[in-house]
Amino acid sequence: MDFKYDGWRGFDPGTWVKEINVRSFIKHNYTPYDGDESFLTPATDNTKQLWEQVLELTKKEREAGGVLDMDTKIISTITSHGPAYLNKEKETIVGFQTDKPFKRALMPYGGIRMAEKACTDNGYTLDPQVKEFFTIHRKTHNAGVFDAYTPEMRACRSSHIITGLPDAYGRGRIIGDYRRVALYGVDRLIEDKKEQKETTRSAMYSEVIRDREEISEQIRALEDLKTMAASYGFDISLPARDTKEAIQWLYFGYLAAVKEQNGAAMSLGRTSTFIDIYAERDLKSGKFTESELQEMVDHFIMKLRLIKFARTPEYNSLFSGDPQWVTESIGGVGIDGRHMVTKMSYRYLHTLENLGAAPEPNLTVLWSTKLPLNFKRYCARLSIETSSIQYESDDLMRVIHGDDYAIACCVSSMKIGKEMQFFGARANLAKCLLYAINGGKDEISGKQIGPAYTPITSEYLDYDEVMQKYDAMMEWLAEVYVNTLNVIHYMHDKYCYEKIQMALHDKEVTRWFATGIAGLSVVADSLSAIKYAKVKVIRNSEGLAYDYEIEGDFPKYGNDDDRVDSIAYDIVHDFLKHIKKNHTYRDGIPTTSILTITSNVVYGKNTGATPDGRKKGVAFAPGANPMHRRDTHGAVASLASVAKLSFKDSQDGISNTFSIIPGALGKEDQVFMGELDVDLGCGACCSPTLFEGLDSDI
Amino acid sequence: MIGYIHSCESFGTVDGPGIRYVVFMQGCPLRCLYCHNPDTWDTGIGQKISAAQILEEYQKNRSFYKNGGITVTGGEPLLQVDFLIELFSLAKEQGIHTCIDTSGATYNPANKAYCQKLNTLLGYTDLVILDIKHIDPVCHKKLTGSSNDRILQFAKFLNEKNIPVWVRHVVVEGYTDSPEHLFNLGLFIGNLKNVKALDVIPYHTLGVNKYKQLNIKYALEGLEPLSNHKAAKAKEHILNGIKQAKTEKPL
Repeated sequence: MDFKYDGWRGFDPGTWVKEINVRSFIKHNYTPYDGDESFLTPATDNTKQLWEQVLELTKKEREAGGVLDMDTKIISTITSHGPAYLNKEKETIVGFQTDKPFKRALMPYGGIRMAEKACTDNGYTLDPQVKEFFTIHRKTHNAGVFDAYTPEMRACRSSHIITGLPDAYGRGRIIGDYRRVALYGVDRLIEDKKEQKETTRSAMYSEVIRDREEISEQIRALEDLKTMAASYGFDISLPARDTKEAIQWLYFGYLAAVKEQNGAAMSLGRTSTFIDIYAERDLKSGKFTESELQEMVDHFIMKLRLIKFARTPEYNSLFSGDPQWVTESIGGVGIDGRHMVTKMSYRYLHTLENLGAAPEPNLTVLWSTKLPLNFKRYCARLSIETSSIQYESDDLMRVIHGDDYAIACCVSSMKIGKEMQFFGARANLAKCLLYAINGGKDEISGKQIGPAYTPITSEYLDYDEVMQKYDAMMEWLAEVYVNTLNVIHYMHDKYCYEKIQMALHDKEVTRWFATGIAGLSVVADSLSAIKYAKVKVIRNSEGLAYDYEIEGDFPKYGNDDDRVDSIAYDIVHDFLKHIKKNHTYRDGIPTTSILTITSNVVYGKNTGATPDGRKKGVAFAPGANPMHRRDTHGAVASLASVAKLSFKDSQDGISNTFSIIPGALGKEDQVFMGELDVDLGCGACCSPTLFEGLDSDI
Repeated sequence: MIGYIHSCESFGTVDGPGIRYVVFMQGCPLRCLYCHNPDTWDTGIGQKISAAQILEEYQKNRSFYKNGGITVTGGEPLLQVDFLIELFSLAKEQGIHTCIDTSGATYNPANKAYCQKLNTLLGYTDLVILDIKHIDPVCHKKLTGSSNDRILQFAKFLNEKNIPVWVRHVVVEGYTDSPEHLFNLGLFIGNLKNVKALDVIPYHTLGVNKYKQLNIKYALEGLEPLSNHKAAKAKEHILNGIKQAKTEKPL
């Protein structure tokens, strides 16, 4: 077929030709790969030299205390900085966030105080004019939020019953469909956005006005994207014509997003199988060799590893490090039954071998029992060697999101370009339980934070009484929590709108209104202790309960014991039920998550002693994990407890952080794999089948 | 009927093929110096459980055990042979792969009734992991408190019945690491035709704390864990013995 664009030659046409529809393009054109990793090629000399340079700079950055350089004056936008390179001659994929590799950008739209603190804490001084401008002349997201917060919201925030709210930093968790830049070129996308603007309703009520303003912003961002690419010498107005351009165009789209937003998670999407279509075409035509393709992928991943943001030490302690969550989702199975593993899936993972292990980009395999065995084996081997791959259940998520979704952050699934999320941090349900016992008073400060319901005054806790009070307190918490988030997302849209990311979305976007739960296992075990053992309350002179004594044993979450696992299930279900009673901003669909992968330490620090025997300040278990050392029946029982939680109730993700010593995962490969094919060195005189290799399963 | 168990492990990966539900039976006649489960020695104590209860736990998470099965270890599981017959016969009805991890120390050819029971049990058994502690009877007694006569007889008994066996051997420096003994162990194994795998385990100290808790003196106090390298060396000696046996006496 003759296409309008040279970049589309040889492709199989479909709906994607007529409308912006990357999924249709992939379905029509990708080649599932069942083979093994033997086709992969090692790092080229150029790659090695570039990576050496990166390691050198990383070392310098560490020596400088964590930040090598920082903008204090130039406000980061898509076009604010000229081109930057590691080594222009050697880089096949180019582009940095600022005018120098390792230099962190200044992004004050989320909040000027946070931006200033990020400078000061790292030994830099924010330009006074910038500070003045964003204090007096231009409002930020953070300033907007605090204008609208109620005293109750502020109290909840400072007492840490609602924590980690994105009210002073970028909310993230939005994935632009960066593939659109490569497949369609920017001009076609602008054309589409213009049409969207023309087709809004004509009566000017506030939603329509907002839509028209936002689409205009999006169009401007797309124009800026072209300008930025041009500064690197690329005209990306038309579709990419080969693999190198496809990766470069796509990366420019992503780069524009990370120039504009310092979001809590800036994920990439699901790009490997898309890029593979170009690679297959180029391999067939002889345009690129396998080694050249791998080099481009290596350089692309290298760039993703160098995404950096200016952040404060508090932010880093909340998230345990300096994460970007450049999550890339790989594999999965299509709804037509074909698996979506391609050679490019291997090439992406292979960067862990060519460049070495790394936490970013967060390579996430969408795991299905139907993935090809060779790929499963390769993943397993790489996991053993690098501990750098995340796995998520495609079989579970495909049911809800289809086969063109990706993961934002660590587990938030969304259809690319069609769904986005309002990130909502979490409510501390363990603290909520203590509020129920103390009649809304904070167990640490003694202040009245929640409603002054009647506190529990008995010496021993009664399960039914606690449950009744807990339910009422959860209902209150859900309401104030959702309303706080409504304020946050209204202001984020108003003052810190994700222009380029939303430009790479459809006009009609489904918005997931994400909430979250912290302290699930603490609550489950506490309620179990109250129900199955005797829990005595220790109160101070003001009658405030601050500690608990447990008499007897009780079932603990994490042992596949329905008596307590059902409590955990109910809490999640009930909390979401309360969340759903509230109005959500922009018709966001409420979801919840149980995934405090790192911040569980901070949440625990701010929570008093709990009726499960956990002492004041002790860390919660991460996510939906059982409490430390309380799961005593091995991994399967522990996982089975977690697996009983309903994904439907916690669609934004359930995380279970699981570490195991390698030896507990099985014998060394050789013991049961091949070494026992004893070569007796005497040919036919002995039976070679006597010692059969016993294959370990993956 | 009721069995006495010490505990269950829902994610066993080293006691047979695949992921396994591992039942640690209570009670053991041996007192191996390096034993890492001294809390399973005493008989008549522990958690009481029925075969049906164990299988119910198993079935709840059977999707994990698709390529695995159930392993009874201990302690010495063959002390509760009647219970195992019930457990394994039910397990086989449900199509579950069954494995016994044993020292073989309870075998007694003179006890016809017991042998009859073993016969029945082995009819329901897919794999035996036989832990041969030492090939030399004197050293075996020093190490475990008993001679190895019956254990080696048990190995031959399994061979005659053609029950698939994995041989396990723990290498403890100064006790079970002499090249000569290892080679002899290999010679012995080489003459069995039912051995499918050899699992050589370096001595470790993971169980030492249990001795403190139980207030039992730990005989190997201060002995360092064996390096993987030395375990590999030991394995080579055993393999050489096997090779020798097979070269001399082709089957």
